[in-house]
Amino acid sequence: MSKSNFTRRGVLRTGAIAGAGLALPTYLRADAHAGFTNAPTGSTVTIGFNVPQTGAYAEEGLDELRAQELAVEHLNGIGDGGMLNTFSSKVLDGTGILGKQVNFVTGDTQTKSDVARAAAQSMIQKDGVIMVNGGSSSGVAIAVQGLCQEAGIIFMAGLTHSNDTTGKDRKANGFRHFFNGYMSGAALGPILEKEYGSDRNAYHLTADYTWGWTQQESMQQSTEAIGWNTAQNVLTPVGAGDFSSYIAPVLNSGADTLVLNHYGADMVNSLTQATQFGLKDKQVNGKDFKIIVPLFSELMAAGAGTNIEGVFGSMNWNWQLQDEGTQAFVRSFGEKYGRPPSGSAHTCYVQTLLYADAVTRAGSFNPCAVAEALEDFEFDGLGNGPTFYRGADHQCFKDVLVMKGVASASGSASMVGYDTVEIVEVTPRAQVEYPSDHPMFGGPEASLGECNPGA
Amino acid sequence: MDAIILQILNGLDKGSAYALIALGLTLIFGTLGVVNFAHGALFMIGAFCAVTFSRLLQLSHEIVDETRTDFLGNPLKVDVPYLQDWFGPETGAAIIDWAVPLSILFAIPVMLLVGFVMERGLIKHFYKRPHADQILVTFGLAIVLGEIIKANYGANPIPTPAPAAFSGSLDFGVWLGFDENAIIYPYWRLIYFLFSAVIIAGVFAFLQFTTFGMVVRAGMADRETVGLLGIDIDKRFTIMFGLAAAVAGLAGAMYTPILSPNYNMGMDFLVLSFVVVVVGGMGSLPGAVLAGFLLGILQSFASMNEVKSLLPGIDQIIIYLVAIAILLTRPRGLMGRRGVMEE
Amino acid sequence: MLGLDTKDTRLLIIVAIMVMAAPILLNPFPADSAMAQFNAGYPDLMQRFVIFGIFAIGFNILFGLTGYLSFGHAAFLGMGSYAAVWMFKLLSYNVVPAILLSVIVAAAFSVVIGYISLRRSGIYFSILTLAFAQMSYALAYSVLTPITNGETGLQVYTNDPQILMGENSPNVPHLFGIEMRGTADLELGAWTFTFGNGYYLAALMMLLSFYISLRIFRSPFGLMLRAVKSNQNRLTFTGVSPKPYTLAAFVISGMYAGLAGGLLAAMDPLTGAERMQWTASGEVVLMTILGGAGTLIGPVLGAGLIKYLENIFSKINDGILHQWFAFMPDGLEDFMVTILHPFIGKGWHLTLGLIFMAIVIFLPGGLVEGGQRIGRLFKRRKTDDASSATTKPAE
Repeated sequence: MSKSNFTRRGVLRTGAIAGAGLALPTYLRADAHAGFTNAPTGSTVTIGFNVPQTGAYAEEGLDELRAQELAVEHLNGIGDGGMLNTFSSKVLDGTGILGKQVNFVTGDTQTKSDVARAAAQSMIQKDGVIMVNGGSSSGVAIAVQGLCQEAGIIFMAGLTHSNDTTGKDRKANGFRHFFNGYMSGAALGPILEKEYGSDRNAYHLTADYTWGWTQQESMQQSTEAIGWNTAQNVLTPVGAGDFSSYIAPVLNSGADTLVLNHYGADMVNSLTQATQFGLKDKQVNGKDFKIIVPLFSELMAAGAGTNIEGVFGSMNWNWQLQDEGTQAFVRSFGEKYGRPPSGSAHTCYVQTLLYADAVTRAGSFNPCAVAEALEDFEFDGLGNGPTFYRGADHQCFKDVLVMKGVASASGSASMVGYDTVEIVEVTPRAQVEYPSDHPMFGGPEASLGECNPGA
Repeated sequence: MDAIILQILNGLDKGSAYALIALGLTLIFGTLGVVNFAHGALFMIGAFCAVTFSRLLQLSHEIVDETRTDFLGNPLKVDVPYLQDWFGPETGAAIIDWAVPLSILFAIPVMLLVGFVMERGLIKHFYKRPHADQILVTFGLAIVLGEIIKANYGANPIPTPAPAAFSGSLDFGVWLGFDENAIIYPYWRLIYFLFSAVIIAGVFAFLQFTTFGMVVRAGMADRETVGLLGIDIDKRFTIMFGLAAAVAGLAGAMYTPILSPNYNMGMDFLVLSFVVVVVGGMGSLPGAVLAGFLLGILQSFASMNEVKSLLPGIDQIIIYLVAIAILLTRPRGLMGRRGVMEE
Repeated sequence: MLGLDTKDTRLLIIVAIMVMAAPILLNPFPADSAMAQFNAGYPDLMQRFVIFGIFAIGFNILFGLTGYLSFGHAAFLGMGSYAAVWMFKLLSYNVVPAILLSVIVAAAFSVVIGYISLRRSGIYFSILTLAFAQMSYALAYSVLTPITNGETGLQVYTNDPQILMGENSPNVPHLFGIEMRGTADLELGAWTFTFGNGYYLAALMMLLSFYISLRIFRSPFGLMLRAVKSNQNRLTFTGVSPKPYTLAAFVISGMYAGLAGGLLAAMDPLTGAERMQWTASGEVVLMTILGGAGTLIGPVLGAGLIKYLENIFSKINDGILHQWFAFMPDGLEDFMVTILHPFIGKGWHLTLGLIFMAIVIFLPGGLVEGGQRIGRLFKRRKTDDASSATTKPAE
């Protein structure tokens, strides 16, 4: 359970301090024999699921938890095995990880960096977890990733879309399966050109924090590449609630397209209010006015209701895909919980499997061995087609989905958000790739640092 | 010029929500002397009255549609609202479409009841306790109410659209001789503004022109003397609390098409409404309304690009800046009385 | 001893023993038992207990003594954290300059904000402090990103200058070589106790803070502050201006908040804007009142209670509940889990809210009053002197 690189001297000194208030401990254990933090002993191994359970993203966090529990069941050989049957790597056999049964603990991030780190610390220090997975925002992902790097365990990010997570804030112990702002922009560009032409005037409303800026930067670059003009970029406060004073001037500015670089409740409110202003029924410069929301999620779509109709966006994965892996996952998730999985649920499920697989291939829980097994790993059968975990920045490269909001196909209230977006195109991986020293990703200065095994 | 008119309109609308919440808060504080941190929660419950009412209208029974399948390949279960069975598909759908305005009828009794129960069950016991205790217990109550809503409705915002008849916006600018699309204003926001104007006028008229209102106003000025006159002021105060809850609840119910309700919206409005009340002056009803509109309009102006490019981030802090400026120049807010909440 | 009377000395010694032995006292359950869930004796949480204890002790000097209810104290904590992380970025990971600067920065800001806000009293004062804190939060989150790193949170990067960083300096916060993250484990049978370096540093600072607050409470200055609370007018009539005293109390409590912020950064070198949000300011108010405003030990207890709920209750999930009730028949087990489900895990806020309400309704003097009542039950002794240490909660 020791958390630092202990020298004998350090141990003695610590002991002296610890002993100041009480009798000197009879036996001090430095745990150096294991060689890394929280090395599992006994017949079980514990992993930590750190998701928002309260606050604005609670629903998303709960869906992540459902998928994580399912993943643990599949790893332990309970249920139908889900994607284990379709995964291209076949080393996982339903007997846990390296023969150890998988246990998990859960925590609440509240979508606040401080709280998320406290929850992760508690998992590491108290429950002895060997890996942390989950999360629903980039600020939290970067904070927890930094913590795992220092503590010497692996962080498998959940939903985090900011370029920074695997850009300027990339860490050797952190891995991201989810796509990012750059990929959204790169995937949307060609479709927007095809649908709306190359002569458009775009007005950006951008959430005023790091994720919003990177998303806006990526969208501006990719839309300008297809010949669009950027009329204006207006930063809006997070959690503004009422966006009317930002939406009202849009029409008068001469813009014919509105890009909402918002997520979560901000996106639900700004899209609802923009629709209420009647923007979608207006004509500007002889063209129909259009709204674009670069990042979709099922839960946001559910919150936006019918307002999402006709709006383009992008997703990491969607349950409507027809490949084997997706079908297997949707079946086992749907049978257990009575509804399709969301994109964030998928990414957490896949991350958990990928971790277990990497441990098994490495033959060790040592984070450095696991990281090495994940780096430059090529795999398939997990729903996104052939996928590549790039070693240089720990970012997954895979196809990106361009989505469009539509009217509910099933007419069932419980499917709103799931059947109110449809897949327009699967953008091939080659089109969204970028070099690991891309300027939007910290440039040549960005570095993973050294892998840290902890104790 | 058109941009300024546009932001004044936006500000009036924002301001009407602020004013309604602050009005209820001030009613409670002015009459009962209680600092109610659960007032935002009352606004939130009002919003969920609209959600609940729309769900009630959509109470459905399942019909299995053998021709289509759901995502697992089983026959699709389609929900058919009873209303559509009873009134035919079109009339039924039309009634459901009008859920939000109709929910007013539902929200008033519910909110009055919530108010009565809160006052009799909890607040009553805190009249003589320090303000800090009142803040703490009502804050605890706000958390509990929010969690109960979350347990039943989830944490996600719930879409509650206005009737289709009110979708789209009014081209206000054309009337004033501006270009097309220069000043547009959604119909629903116009309705919200008029609605809140009616409520505010109603509350003032009630206090001004009824015997009941007179007694309550007397009670606000000097509670003990009114009690000595043999008037049962407690009972009237219970009714006032119910009224304040209803005002907050209606403000919330009608606001749902503008802001999709979630369980945390009460907390989001809480701080803001206190700033509004204090800027207006503790215990002053006209002050609360005035401050609500003033802060709404100033916030809208601060959101203009021209202003933001000069002072980046000004739209995020304008309310607080104005609050500081007003409190430093007018010690008791715009219309506050001496000696209220200053100890 | 140390300029304290016997009773205060006894209190200080008891607190010191409790704090020093916390790693053992807070780990009453064997590590592998089902009840281990309720153990709080791991370094990160214990650090939070004492650091938020410092924060609440400082807040109590302002609120408990003068009755001025600040709703913006989290701003000073946040500024302290930012200052500390900047020291790590510019100088080195040694925590001494970081903590010093965090106190200085918080003091500087609290002089300015206190000077302006103290021109008003009552709720007008509260709203002024709230406004300053909310502005700090909003700006730190967005416009001031070059200084605060915005949403991501300020952290140390490998390419930061760190000019005092030597060849062999540790790459984590340390006190002249003693790493804050360093721990030692003691195994006694089924129990495992973890002693963290960081915890003991924070604990010593907390004891020091507690001692200073004790001295302030007992000093003529403290008496003057209480006079401000009971009747400002009378004070003014006797020719004493209360302002310098209240401002001093405000700045002292601001410095306590800065120290807490600096320590938080020293334990974990990352800080985000949420530390300054109004909810964080509200939290310290709750801690102080829950524990017992105006009492010496109350704020520390309140801080412990809230942090315990936040970190322990939120981690209990249905799976753990099933483990606990596994001994019951299936039907009963499911029933118990269903009953408890709303209060744990994602529902821990509900438990928090209910506990707030219960304490305020039944124990107006906070946890301290609860302790006194229990004490009275056992002793049935006249408790004149015990209640004299407790002033009534302020308005």
